[in-house]
Amino acid sequence: MSIAAPAPRHWKKPPLIKRAWLRWAFGLGAALYLALAFGTTEVNWSRVWEGLPRGAQFVSAFFPPDFVKRWDEIVEGISESLWMTVVSTVVGIALSIPVGVGAARNIAPVPVYYFCRAILAVSRSFQEVILAIFFVKLFGFGPFAGAVTLSLATIGFYGKLLAEDIEDMDAAQAEAVRATGASWLQWINFGVQPQVMPRMIGLGLYRLDINFRESAVVGIVGGGGIGATLDTAFERYEFDSAAAILLVIIVIVMLAEYSSGYLRRGLQ
Amino acid sequence: MMTVAVKGGTKIWQRRDRNAQLAIWASWLVAIVLFVYCFQLISEKTIWAFVWDAPAQAGDLAARMIPPDWGYIRQLGRPIWDTMNIATLGTVVAIFLAVPVAYCAARNTTPSVTLVRPVALFIIVASRSINSLIWALMLVTIVGPGVLAGIIAIGLRSIGFCAKLLYEAIEEIDEAQVEAVRSTGATGAQVTVFGIVPQVLPAFAGISVFRWDINIRESTVLGLVGAGGIGLELNAAITQLYWTQVSLILLVIIATVIVSEWVSAKVRHAII
Repeated sequence: MSIAAPAPRHWKKPPLIKRAWLRWAFGLGAALYLALAFGTTEVNWSRVWEGLPRGAQFVSAFFPPDFVKRWDEIVEGISESLWMTVVSTVVGIALSIPVGVGAARNIAPVPVYYFCRAILAVSRSFQEVILAIFFVKLFGFGPFAGAVTLSLATIGFYGKLLAEDIEDMDAAQAEAVRATGASWLQWINFGVQPQVMPRMIGLGLYRLDINFRESAVVGIVGGGGIGATLDTAFERYEFDSAAAILLVIIVIVMLAEYSSGYLRRGLQ
Repeated sequence: MMTVAVKGGTKIWQRRDRNAQLAIWASWLVAIVLFVYCFQLISEKTIWAFVWDAPAQAGDLAARMIPPDWGYIRQLGRPIWDTMNIATLGTVVAIFLAVPVAYCAARNTTPSVTLVRPVALFIIVASRSINSLIWALMLVTIVGPGVLAGIIAIGLRSIGFCAKLLYEAIEEIDEAQVEAVRSTGATGAQVTVFGIVPQVLPAFAGISVFRWDINIRESTVLGLVGAGGIGLELNAAITQLYWTQVSLILLVIIATVIVSEWVSAKVRHAII
Protein backbone atom coordinates (compact mmCIF):
# COMPACT_ATOMS: atom_id res chain seq x y z
CA MET A 1 0.00 0.00 0.00
CA SER A 2 1.40 3.29 -0.95
CA ILE A 3 0.89 6.47 0.89
CA ALA A 4 -0.71 9.14 -1.21
CA ALA A 5 1.52 12.15 -1.51
CA PRO A 6 0.09 15.02 0.48
CA ALA A 7 -1.67 17.51 -1.71
CA PRO A 8 0.53 20.51 -2.24
CA ARG A 9 -0.74 23.22 0.04
CA HIS A 10 -0.51 26.78 -1.03
CA TRP A 11 -1.84 29.66 0.97
CA LYS A 12 -3.00 32.70 -0.95
CA LYS A 13 -3.88 36.10 0.42
CA PRO A 14 -7.62 36.73 0.36
CA PRO A 15 -8.34 39.31 -2.34
CA LEU A 16 -9.94 42.70 -1.61
CA ILE A 17 -12.95 41.95 -3.84
CA LYS A 18 -14.24 38.52 -2.87
CA ARG A 19 -16.47 37.72 -5.85
CA ALA A 20 -14.21 36.45 -8.65
CA TRP A 21 -16.37 37.64 -11.55
CA LEU A 22 -16.60 41.13 -10.06
CA ARG A 23 -12.84 41.20 -9.59
CA TRP A 24 -12.26 40.18 -13.21
CA ALA A 25 -14.88 42.58 -14.53
CA PHE A 26 -13.31 45.36 -12.54
CA GLY A 27 -9.81 44.58 -13.81
CA LEU A 28 -10.96 44.26 -17.42
CA GLY A 29 -12.98 47.45 -17.20
CA ALA A 30 -10.00 49.32 -15.76
CA ALA A 31 -7.69 48.01 -18.50
CA LEU A 32 -10.20 48.90 -21.22
CA TYR A 33 -10.70 52.37 -19.77
CA LEU A 34 -6.96 53.04 -19.50
CA ALA A 35 -6.40 51.91 -23.10
CA LEU A 36 -9.18 54.21 -24.30
CA ALA A 37 -8.01 57.11 -22.16
CA PHE A 38 -4.41 56.87 -23.31
CA GLY A 39 -5.54 56.34 -26.90
CA THR A 40 -7.61 59.49 -27.00
CA THR A 41 -5.46 61.81 -24.92
CA GLU A 42 -3.65 64.19 -27.18
CA VAL A 43 -0.23 65.20 -25.94
CA ASN A 44 2.00 67.48 -27.91
CA TRP A 45 5.30 65.86 -26.99
CA SER A 46 7.44 68.32 -28.93
CA ARG A 47 5.90 71.15 -26.92
CA VAL A 48 6.57 69.23 -23.71
CA TRP A 49 10.17 68.73 -24.82
CA GLU A 50 10.51 72.44 -25.53
CA GLY A 51 9.10 73.29 -22.13
CA LEU A 52 11.51 71.15 -20.14
CA PRO A 53 14.28 73.78 -19.97
CA ARG A 54 11.64 76.21 -18.75
CA GLY A 55 10.65 73.69 -16.10
CA ALA A 56 14.28 73.38 -15.05
CA GLN A 57 14.44 77.17 -14.90
CA PHE A 58 11.38 77.18 -12.68
CA VAL A 59 12.82 74.58 -10.33
CA SER A 60 16.13 76.43 -10.15
CA ALA A 61 14.22 79.64 -9.33
CA PHE A 62 13.51 78.09 -5.93
CA PHE A 63 17.26 78.27 -5.15
CA PRO A 64 17.08 81.05 -4.11
CA PRO A 65 13.58 82.51 -4.56
CA ASP A 66 13.41 86.27 -5.06
CA PHE A 67 11.48 87.79 -2.18
CA VAL A 68 12.86 91.29 -2.77
CA LYS A 69 11.86 92.40 -6.25
CA ARG A 70 8.08 92.05 -5.82
CA TRP A 71 7.99 92.25 -2.03
CA ASP A 72 5.43 95.09 -1.91
CA GLU A 73 3.06 93.25 -4.23
CA ILE A 74 3.50 90.04 -2.25
CA VAL A 75 2.69 91.76 1.04
CA GLU A 76 -0.34 93.45 -0.47
CA GLY A 77 -1.60 90.21 -2.01
CA ILE A 78 -1.08 88.17 1.14
CA SER A 79 -2.76 90.73 3.38
CA GLU A 80 -5.71 90.94 1.01
CA SER A 81 -5.95 87.16 1.11
CA LEU A 82 -5.88 87.21 4.91
CA TRP A 83 -8.68 89.80 5.13
CA MET A 84 -10.75 87.76 2.72
CA THR A 85 -10.10 84.64 4.75
CA VAL A 86 -11.24 86.22 8.03
CA VAL A 87 -14.30 87.98 6.63
CA SER A 88 -15.50 85.05 4.55
CA THR A 89 -15.04 82.54 7.37
CA VAL A 90 -16.98 84.70 9.83
CA VAL A 91 -19.77 85.58 7.41
CA GLY A 92 -19.92 82.05 6.03
CA ILE A 93 -20.19 80.43 9.44
CA ALA A 94 -22.73 82.99 10.65
CA LEU A 95 -24.92 82.27 7.63
CA SER A 96 -24.41 78.52 7.77
CA ILE A 97 -25.70 78.20 11.35
CA PRO A 98 -29.37 78.81 10.49
CA VAL A 99 -29.01 76.72 7.32
CA GLY A 100 -27.29 73.91 9.20
CA VAL A 101 -29.86 73.90 12.00
CA GLY A 102 -32.60 73.85 9.39
CA ALA A 103 -30.97 70.98 7.54
CA ALA A 104 -30.86 68.68 10.57
CA ARG A 105 -33.68 66.18 10.21
CA ASN A 106 -34.19 65.64 13.94
CA ILE A 107 -34.91 69.25 14.87
CA ALA A 108 -36.30 70.89 11.70
CA PRO A 109 -39.77 70.54 10.20
CA VAL A 110 -39.83 68.74 6.85
CA PRO A 111 -40.32 71.70 4.45
CA VAL A 112 -37.53 73.65 6.16
CA TYR A 113 -35.36 70.55 6.03
CA TYR A 114 -35.71 70.15 2.27
CA PHE A 115 -35.25 73.87 1.65
CA CYS A 116 -32.02 74.03 3.65
CA ARG A 117 -30.71 70.80 2.14
CA ALA A 118 -31.30 72.31 -1.31
CA ILE A 119 -29.29 75.42 -0.36
CA LEU A 120 -26.45 73.20 0.83
CA ALA A 121 -26.49 71.04 -2.30
CA VAL A 122 -26.39 74.04 -4.62
CA SER A 123 -23.61 75.84 -2.79
CA ARG A 124 -21.54 72.65 -2.67
CA SER A 125 -21.87 71.59 -6.28
CA PHE A 126 -20.01 74.52 -7.81
CA GLN A 127 -16.30 74.98 -7.62
CA GLU A 128 -15.15 78.15 -5.88
CA VAL A 129 -13.53 79.31 -9.10
CA ILE A 130 -16.73 79.13 -11.13
CA LEU A 131 -18.60 81.06 -8.45
CA ALA A 132 -15.76 83.58 -8.38
CA ILE A 133 -16.04 84.20 -12.13
CA PHE A 134 -19.67 85.16 -11.73
CA PHE A 135 -19.17 87.25 -8.61
CA VAL A 136 -16.34 89.13 -10.27
CA LYS A 137 -18.74 89.89 -13.13
CA LEU A 138 -21.37 91.10 -10.66
CA PHE A 139 -19.33 92.95 -8.03
CA GLY A 140 -16.30 94.02 -10.06
CA PHE A 141 -12.67 93.01 -9.57
CA GLY A 142 -11.22 92.93 -6.09
CA PRO A 143 -11.38 91.17 -2.74
CA PHE A 144 -15.12 91.76 -2.23
CA ALA A 145 -16.02 89.29 -4.97
CA GLY A 146 -13.53 86.81 -3.53
CA ALA A 147 -14.92 87.19 -0.03
CA VAL A 148 -18.49 86.60 -1.24
CA THR A 149 -17.34 83.49 -3.13
CA LEU A 150 -15.57 82.02 -0.13
CA SER A 151 -18.49 82.83 2.19
CA LEU A 152 -20.84 80.93 -0.07
CA ALA A 153 -18.48 77.97 -0.30
CA THR A 154 -18.18 78.03 3.50
CA ILE A 155 -21.97 77.75 3.88
CA GLY A 156 -22.02 74.54 1.84
CA PHE A 157 -19.18 72.96 3.79
CA TYR A 158 -19.94 74.12 7.31
CA GLY A 159 -23.72 73.89 7.07
CA LYS A 160 -23.58 70.29 5.91
CA LEU A 161 -21.20 69.21 8.67
CA LEU A 162 -23.20 71.12 11.30
CA ALA A 163 -26.40 69.44 10.17
CA GLU A 164 -24.78 66.01 10.30
CA ASP A 165 -23.38 66.72 13.73
CA ILE A 166 -26.77 67.80 15.06
CA GLU A 167 -28.34 64.65 13.61
CA ASP A 168 -25.75 62.57 15.48
CA MET A 169 -26.28 64.27 18.84
CA ASP A 170 -27.61 62.62 21.98
CA ALA A 171 -31.37 63.22 21.91
CA ALA A 172 -31.75 62.55 25.64
CA GLN A 173 -29.86 65.68 26.66
CA ALA A 174 -31.92 67.88 24.36
CA GLU A 175 -35.07 66.19 25.67
CA ALA A 176 -34.02 66.93 29.25
CA VAL A 177 -33.65 70.63 28.51
CA ARG A 178 -37.01 70.66 26.76
CA ALA A 179 -38.61 68.99 29.80
CA THR A 180 -37.70 72.00 31.95
CA GLY A 181 -40.08 74.07 29.85
CA ALA A 182 -37.40 75.83 27.85
CA SER A 183 -38.37 77.94 24.85
CA TRP A 184 -37.15 76.89 21.37
CA LEU A 185 -34.16 79.24 21.48
CA GLN A 186 -33.22 78.10 25.00
CA TRP A 187 -33.57 74.52 23.86
CA ILE A 188 -31.14 75.09 20.95
CA ASN A 189 -28.80 77.13 23.15
CA PHE A 190 -28.62 74.76 26.14
CA GLY A 191 -29.62 71.39 24.70
CA VAL A 192 -28.11 71.29 21.22
CA GLN A 193 -25.33 73.83 21.01
CA PRO A 194 -23.10 72.50 23.84
CA GLN A 195 -23.14 69.07 22.21
CA VAL A 196 -21.93 70.23 18.79
CA MET A 197 -19.74 73.14 19.89
CA PRO A 198 -16.32 71.48 20.37
CA ARG A 199 -16.37 69.81 16.98
CA MET A 200 -17.76 72.90 15.31
CA ILE A 201 -14.97 75.12 16.66
CA GLY A 202 -12.45 72.67 15.27
CA LEU A 203 -14.19 72.63 11.90
CA GLY A 204 -14.33 76.44 11.90
CA LEU A 205 -10.57 76.57 12.29
CA TYR A 206 -10.20 73.98 9.55
CA ARG A 207 -12.42 76.04 7.26
CA LEU A 208 -10.30 79.13 8.01
CA ASP A 209 -7.38 77.12 6.73
CA ILE A 210 -9.25 76.03 3.58
CA ASN A 211 -10.44 79.57 2.89
CA PHE A 212 -6.90 80.85 2.96
CA ARG A 213 -5.83 78.20 0.46
CA GLU A 214 -8.80 78.90 -1.77
CA SER A 215 -8.21 82.65 -1.56
CA ALA A 216 -5.06 82.03 -3.55
CA VAL A 217 -7.19 80.61 -6.34
CA VAL A 218 -10.05 83.08 -6.63
CA GLY A 219 -7.44 85.74 -7.39
CA ILE A 220 -6.61 84.01 -10.67
CA VAL A 221 -10.02 84.92 -12.05
CA GLY A 222 -9.99 88.44 -10.58
CA GLY A 223 -11.22 87.89 -7.04
CA GLY A 224 -8.34 89.70 -5.33
CA GLY A 225 -5.69 88.32 -3.00
CA ILE A 226 -2.41 86.56 -3.53
CA GLY A 227 -3.72 84.63 -6.55
CA ALA A 228 -3.71 87.77 -8.67
CA THR A 229 -0.08 88.46 -7.72
CA LEU A 230 0.86 84.87 -8.52
CA ASP A 231 -0.91 84.96 -11.87
CA THR A 232 0.95 88.15 -12.83
CA ALA A 233 4.26 86.62 -11.81
CA PHE A 234 3.62 83.62 -14.08
CA GLU A 235 2.52 85.77 -16.96
CA ARG A 236 5.74 87.74 -16.77
CA TYR A 237 7.74 84.48 -16.50
CA GLU A 238 9.17 85.82 -13.22
CA PHE A 239 9.65 82.34 -11.81
CA ASP A 240 11.81 83.51 -8.91
CA SER A 241 9.03 85.78 -7.63
CA ALA A 242 6.45 83.05 -8.23
CA ALA A 243 8.61 80.66 -6.20
CA ALA A 244 8.75 83.21 -3.40
CA ILE A 245 4.94 83.57 -3.41
CA LEU A 246 4.45 79.80 -3.36
CA LEU A 247 6.82 79.46 -0.41
CA VAL A 248 4.98 82.21 1.48
CA ILE A 249 1.67 80.39 0.86
CA ILE A 250 3.13 77.08 2.02
CA VAL A 251 4.57 78.62 5.18
CA ILE A 252 1.30 80.34 6.09
CA VAL A 253 -0.69 77.17 5.47
CA MET A 254 1.74 75.18 7.62
CA LEU A 255 1.51 77.75 10.42
CA ALA A 256 -2.28 77.75 10.21
CA GLU A 257 -2.40 73.97 10.25
CA TYR A 258 -0.11 73.60 13.27
CA SER A 259 -1.72 76.40 15.27
CA SER A 260 -5.24 75.17 14.53
CA GLY A 261 -4.22 71.65 15.51
CA TYR A 262 -2.79 73.03 18.75
CA LEU A 263 -5.91 75.11 19.44
CA ARG A 264 -8.20 72.17 18.74
CA ARG A 265 -6.31 69.95 21.17
CA GLY A 266 -6.59 72.71 23.76
CA LEU A 267 -10.34 73.05 23.25
CA GLN A 268 -11.32 69.40 23.34
CA MET B 1 -19.40 72.29 40.62
CA MET B 2 -22.43 74.35 39.78
CA THR B 3 -21.83 78.07 39.61
CA VAL B 4 -24.43 80.05 41.50
CA ALA B 5 -24.95 83.76 41.85
CA VAL B 6 -26.71 85.08 44.91
CA LYS B 7 -29.10 87.88 44.14
CA GLY B 8 -31.27 89.23 46.96
CA GLY B 9 -30.96 86.06 49.01
CA THR B 10 -32.02 83.69 46.20
CA LYS B 11 -29.59 81.48 44.37
CA ILE B 12 -29.62 81.78 40.62
CA TRP B 13 -28.03 79.15 38.40
CA GLN B 14 -25.32 80.42 36.07
CA ARG B 15 -23.65 78.57 33.26
CA ARG B 16 -20.10 79.75 33.92
CA ASP B 17 -18.19 81.47 36.70
CA ARG B 18 -17.12 85.06 36.29
CA ASN B 19 -13.63 84.45 34.93
CA ALA B 20 -14.79 82.04 32.26
CA GLN B 21 -17.51 84.47 31.27
CA LEU B 22 -15.00 87.32 31.00
CA ALA B 23 -12.61 85.23 28.93
CA ILE B 24 -15.40 84.38 26.53
CA TRP B 25 -16.40 88.02 26.28
CA ALA B 26 -12.81 89.03 25.58
CA SER B 27 -12.41 86.51 22.80
CA TRP B 28 -15.67 87.63 21.22
CA LEU B 29 -14.47 91.22 21.40
CA VAL B 30 -11.16 90.38 19.72
CA ALA B 31 -12.91 88.39 17.02
CA ILE B 32 -15.41 91.14 16.26
CA VAL B 33 -12.75 93.84 16.15
CA LEU B 34 -10.66 91.70 13.80
CA PHE B 35 -13.64 91.04 11.58
CA VAL B 36 -14.68 94.69 11.38
CA TYR B 37 -11.11 95.75 10.68
CA CYS B 38 -10.73 93.24 7.85
CA PHE B 39 -14.09 94.14 6.41
CA GLN B 40 -13.13 97.82 6.50
CA LEU B 41 -9.99 97.08 4.49
CA ILE B 42 -11.91 95.10 1.91
CA SER B 43 -14.57 97.75 1.67
CA GLU B 44 -11.92 100.38 0.88
CA LYS B 45 -10.96 98.33 -2.17
CA THR B 46 -14.53 97.86 -3.31
CA ILE B 47 -16.48 100.06 -5.70
CA TRP B 48 -19.81 99.99 -3.85
CA ALA B 49 -21.74 101.33 -6.82
CA PHE B 50 -21.00 98.05 -8.61
CA VAL B 51 -22.12 96.07 -5.58
CA TRP B 52 -25.47 97.89 -5.30
CA ASP B 53 -25.93 97.40 -9.00
CA ALA B 54 -25.26 93.67 -8.70
CA PRO B 55 -28.85 92.41 -8.26
CA ALA B 56 -29.89 94.15 -11.48
CA GLN B 57 -26.82 92.72 -13.20
CA ALA B 58 -27.58 89.27 -11.87
CA GLY B 59 -31.13 89.46 -13.20
CA ASP B 60 -29.84 90.58 -16.57
CA LEU B 61 -27.32 87.75 -16.68
CA ALA B 62 -29.92 85.17 -15.68
CA ALA B 63 -32.24 86.41 -18.44
CA ARG B 64 -29.45 85.94 -20.97
CA MET B 65 -28.63 82.44 -19.74
CA ILE B 66 -32.15 81.09 -20.20
CA PRO B 67 -32.89 78.91 -22.05
CA PRO B 68 -29.69 76.84 -22.28
CA ASP B 69 -28.47 76.20 -25.82
CA TRP B 70 -29.33 72.48 -25.89
CA GLY B 71 -27.94 71.92 -29.39
CA TYR B 72 -24.48 72.75 -28.11
CA ILE B 73 -24.43 69.57 -26.04
CA ARG B 74 -23.16 67.59 -29.04
CA GLN B 75 -19.88 69.48 -28.85
CA LEU B 76 -19.45 68.81 -25.13
CA GLY B 77 -18.88 65.03 -25.27
CA ARG B 78 -15.18 65.30 -25.97
CA PRO B 79 -14.44 67.95 -23.29
CA ILE B 80 -16.29 65.91 -20.65
CA TRP B 81 -14.35 62.80 -21.64
CA ASP B 82 -11.12 64.83 -21.32
CA THR B 83 -12.21 66.11 -17.91
CA MET B 84 -12.88 62.58 -16.71
CA ASN B 85 -9.52 61.43 -18.02
CA ILE B 86 -7.74 64.28 -16.25
CA ALA B 87 -9.42 63.36 -12.97
CA THR B 88 -8.95 59.60 -13.29
CA LEU B 89 -5.42 59.48 -14.68
CA GLY B 90 -4.41 62.24 -12.27
CA THR B 91 -5.73 60.16 -9.38
CA VAL B 92 -3.85 57.09 -10.64
CA VAL B 93 -0.60 59.09 -10.84
CA ALA B 94 -1.21 60.49 -7.35
CA ILE B 95 -1.87 57.06 -5.85
CA PHE B 96 1.37 55.62 -7.22
CA LEU B 97 3.37 58.54 -5.86
CA ALA B 98 1.48 58.79 -2.58
CA VAL B 99 2.17 55.20 -1.46
CA PRO B 100 5.94 55.59 -0.96
CA VAL B 101 5.47 59.05 0.56
CA ALA B 102 2.91 57.70 3.04
CA TYR B 103 5.17 54.75 3.83
CA CYS B 104 7.99 57.16 4.66
CA ALA B 105 5.72 59.50 6.63
CA ALA B 106 4.09 56.91 8.90
CA ARG B 107 5.86 56.75 12.23
CA ASN B 108 5.82 52.94 12.37
CA THR B 109 7.11 52.20 8.86
CA THR B 110 9.42 55.10 8.05
CA PRO B 111 13.06 54.18 7.45
CA SER B 112 14.22 57.09 9.59
CA VAL B 113 12.17 59.28 11.92
CA THR B 114 14.71 62.10 12.01
CA LEU B 115 15.69 62.26 8.33
CA VAL B 116 13.09 60.78 5.97
CA ARG B 117 9.90 61.53 7.88
CA PRO B 118 10.22 65.36 7.89
CA VAL B 119 10.93 65.32 4.14
CA ALA B 120 7.84 63.20 3.49
CA LEU B 121 5.73 65.46 5.72
CA PHE B 122 6.99 68.52 3.88
CA ILE B 123 6.06 66.94 0.53
CA ILE B 124 2.58 66.31 1.92
CA VAL B 125 2.10 69.86 3.20
CA ALA B 126 3.52 71.48 0.07
CA SER B 127 1.28 69.43 -2.18
CA ARG B 128 -1.78 70.10 -0.05
CA SER B 129 -1.29 73.82 0.34
CA ILE B 130 -1.11 74.57 -3.38
CA ASN B 131 -4.39 74.28 -5.21
CA SER B 132 -4.58 72.24 -8.40
CA LEU B 133 -5.43 75.39 -10.36
CA ILE B 134 -2.12 76.92 -9.31
CA TRP B 135 -0.27 73.73 -10.18
CA ALA B 136 -2.03 73.87 -13.55
CA LEU B 137 -1.04 77.49 -14.03
CA MET B 138 2.58 76.50 -13.50
CA LEU B 139 2.43 73.39 -15.65
CA VAL B 140 0.76 75.14 -18.56
CA THR B 141 3.75 77.45 -18.83
CA ILE B 142 6.08 74.45 -18.59
CA VAL B 143 4.54 71.56 -20.60
CA GLY B 144 2.17 73.68 -22.66
CA PRO B 145 -1.62 73.88 -22.64
CA GLY B 146 -3.58 70.63 -22.81
CA VAL B 147 -4.72 67.56 -20.99
CA LEU B 148 -1.23 66.51 -19.86
CA ALA B 149 -0.78 69.66 -17.76
CA GLY B 150 -4.15 68.95 -16.16
CA ILE B 151 -3.27 65.33 -15.35
CA ILE B 152 0.03 66.30 -13.73
CA ALA B 153 -1.61 69.18 -11.83
CA ILE B 154 -4.31 66.91 -10.40
CA GLY B 155 -1.68 64.28 -9.62
CA LEU B 156 0.59 66.69 -7.76
CA ARG B 157 -2.27 68.19 -5.79
CA SER B 158 -3.64 64.79 -4.79
CA ILE B 159 -0.37 63.29 -3.53
CA GLY B 160 -0.57 65.23 -0.28
CA PHE B 161 -4.21 64.37 0.38
CA CYS B 162 -3.85 60.65 -0.38
CA ALA B 163 -0.52 60.34 1.43
CA LYS B 164 -1.84 62.12 4.52
CA LEU B 165 -4.90 59.90 4.90
CA LEU B 166 -2.91 56.80 4.02
CA TYR B 167 -0.13 57.43 6.51
CA GLU B 168 -2.72 58.04 9.22
CA ALA B 169 -4.26 54.68 8.29
CA ILE B 170 -0.84 53.01 8.46
CA GLU B 171 -0.17 54.49 11.88
CA GLU B 172 -3.45 53.05 13.18
CA ILE B 173 -2.81 49.44 12.14
CA ASP B 174 -2.84 46.58 14.61
CA GLU B 175 0.81 45.95 15.52
CA ALA B 176 0.03 42.44 16.77
CA GLN B 177 -0.65 41.23 13.23
CA VAL B 178 2.62 42.69 12.00
CA GLU B 179 4.39 41.07 14.93
CA ALA B 180 2.79 37.72 14.10
CA VAL B 181 4.01 37.85 10.50
CA ARG B 182 7.47 38.91 11.63
CA SER B 183 7.69 36.02 14.09
CA THR B 184 7.32 33.52 11.23
CA GLY B 185 10.72 34.72 10.03
CA ALA B 186 9.41 36.92 7.23
CA THR B 187 11.71 39.45 5.61
CA GLY B 188 11.02 43.18 5.74
CA ALA B 189 9.29 43.13 2.35
CA GLN B 190 7.18 40.12 3.36
CA VAL B 191 6.18 41.82 6.60
CA THR B 192 4.99 44.82 4.58
CA VAL B 193 3.09 42.74 2.02
CA PHE B 194 1.44 40.28 4.44
CA GLY B 195 1.32 42.28 7.68
CA ILE B 196 0.68 45.89 6.72
CA VAL B 197 -0.84 46.00 3.24
CA PRO B 198 -3.93 43.85 3.99
CA GLN B 199 -4.74 46.07 6.96
CA VAL B 200 -4.67 49.35 5.04
CA LEU B 201 -6.00 48.10 1.70
CA PRO B 202 -9.69 48.93 2.34
CA ALA B 203 -8.78 52.40 3.65
CA PHE B 204 -6.54 52.85 0.64
CA ALA B 205 -9.29 51.98 -1.84
CA GLY B 206 -11.71 54.28 -0.02
CA ILE B 207 -9.24 57.18 -0.07
CA SER B 208 -8.60 56.72 -3.80
CA VAL B 209 -12.28 56.79 -4.70
CA PHE B 210 -12.92 59.74 -2.40
CA ARG B 211 -10.10 61.69 -4.01
CA TRP B 212 -11.28 60.72 -7.49
CA ASP B 213 -14.63 62.29 -6.68
CA ILE B 214 -12.96 65.52 -5.51
CA ASN B 215 -10.74 65.50 -8.59
CA ILE B 216 -13.72 65.34 -10.97
CA ARG B 217 -14.92 68.54 -9.33
CA GLU B 218 -11.52 70.20 -9.56
CA SER B 219 -10.76 69.14 -13.11
CA THR B 220 -13.88 70.91 -14.38
CA VAL B 221 -12.17 74.26 -13.80
CA LEU B 222 -8.59 73.48 -14.85
CA GLY B 223 -9.44 74.54 -18.40
CA LEU B 224 -9.75 78.14 -17.22
CA VAL B 225 -5.96 78.36 -17.17
CA GLY B 226 -5.58 76.24 -20.30
CA ALA B 227 -5.17 72.76 -18.85
CA GLY B 228 -7.84 71.01 -20.92
CA GLY B 229 -11.28 69.62 -20.23
CA ILE B 230 -14.67 71.31 -20.02
CA GLY B 231 -13.20 74.39 -18.35
CA LEU B 232 -11.72 75.36 -21.73
CA GLU B 233 -15.22 75.44 -23.24
CA LEU B 234 -16.53 77.37 -20.24
CA ASN B 235 -13.80 79.94 -20.56
CA ALA B 236 -14.37 80.29 -24.30
CA ALA B 237 -18.13 80.66 -23.86
CA ILE B 238 -17.71 83.28 -21.12
CA THR B 239 -15.18 85.36 -23.04
CA GLN B 240 -17.38 85.25 -26.16
CA LEU B 241 -20.46 86.09 -24.05
CA TYR B 242 -22.41 83.02 -25.26
CA TRP B 243 -24.42 82.90 -22.06
CA THR B 244 -26.82 80.20 -23.27
CA GLN B 245 -23.81 77.93 -23.79
CA VAL B 246 -22.46 78.89 -20.36
CA SER B 247 -25.66 77.78 -18.66
CA LEU B 248 -25.60 74.46 -20.52
CA ILE B 249 -21.98 73.86 -19.49
CA LEU B 250 -22.86 74.62 -15.87
CA LEU B 251 -25.71 72.10 -16.02
CA VAL B 252 -23.39 69.47 -17.51
CA ILE B 253 -20.84 70.14 -14.75
CA ILE B 254 -23.49 69.75 -12.03
CA ALA B 255 -24.69 66.50 -13.59
CA THR B 256 -21.13 65.13 -13.79
CA VAL B 257 -20.41 66.09 -10.20
CA ILE B 258 -23.63 64.50 -8.94
CA VAL B 259 -22.96 61.26 -10.85
CA SER B 260 -19.37 61.03 -9.61
CA GLU B 261 -20.51 61.70 -6.04
CA TRP B 262 -23.08 58.93 -6.33
CA VAL B 263 -20.54 56.46 -7.77
CA SER B 264 -18.01 57.32 -5.08
CA ALA B 265 -20.57 56.94 -2.29
CA LYS B 266 -21.68 53.55 -3.69
CA VAL B 267 -18.14 52.23 -4.00
CA ARG B 268 -17.10 53.44 -0.56
CA HIS B 269 -20.22 51.92 0.91
CA ALA B 270 -19.36 48.58 -0.73
CA ILE B 271 -15.79 48.64 0.59
CA ILE B 272 -16.29 49.81 4.15
